[in-house]
Amino acid sequence: MWEEKFRLVYRVKPMDLASAGSASSQIKVELQRNGIEEDVVRKVGIICFEAEMNMILYSTGGKLKVEVWPDRIEILAEDDGPGIEDLQKAMEPGYSTAPPWAQDYGFGAGMGFPNMKQNSDVFDVETKPGEGTRIHSVVYRSKDNETP
Amino acid sequence: MKIKEIAEKIEGKVITGEDRLDEVVEKGFAADLLSDVLALTEESSCLITGITGPQVIRVAEVLNIPLIIIARGKQPSKALVESARAAGIPVILTNKTVFETCGILYSNGMKPCKIKIFHGVADESSSFVD
Repeated sequence: MWEEKFRLVYRVKPMDLASAGSASSQIKVELQRNGIEEDVVRKVGIICFEAEMNMILYSTGGKLKVEVWPDRIEILAEDDGPGIEDLQKAMEPGYSTAPPWAQDYGFGAGMGFPNMKQNSDVFDVETKPGEGTRIHSVVYRSKDNETP
Repeated sequence: MKIKEIAEKIEGKVITGEDRLDEVVEKGFAADLLSDVLALTEESSCLITGITGPQVIRVAEVLNIPLIIIARGKQPSKALVESARAAGIPVILTNKTVFETCGILYSNGMKPCKIKIFHGVADESSSFVD
């Protein structure tokens, strides 16, 4: 009964600012087309956008996966590296290690992780310097469906 | 205010989304940091900015931003115009600054959008204490 309805998977290329946000806007369109609630779509869109930007700005490339379940949306962003040196600092609003070229495009304000967390019902990050980063986020579709 | 009235007041030129000129936009947010637009805005509102890259349109799509106003005479990239057209998002260009654009819209009844406040320390040298 509680089966996954469908999933969307996008590859994110490093340094590819020209297409920054395109996976997220496609995800948004797909979710809307499938009748997912507006406020859920907005949250998922924001989380995906931040995760996508992080992969573009910092990683050597990765994968953005969105699973649609009857009661929730699961977002998984996985990259191959280089991992985050100080995760605790990265979670602080305003802390950023973005290169100046990213800031020229209006990114790198150090709001990525705080913003993803703020929009998630469940949020966790696994990272290892020299390896990779794995972000897992859950957005519940309605308070009534929330799994305990 | 209708989009076409907004364009008139700020002496702007509508370059995309011409079919949406009668739509009403009630709230506004100004920023040159897309990170802030993504993190802080809590409701759909028009964006007054100096950013000219296509990323601004992707942010607009994700956040349901109904109108982009590009201020201080900056020229949008071709990619921005193409993305805006594909997404059907109106873009207005104006030679006025962000400051003046906001002043005009505010005095004509546009309201600020609700924002989230993140409590954190920008950097260790920050000496501001609430």
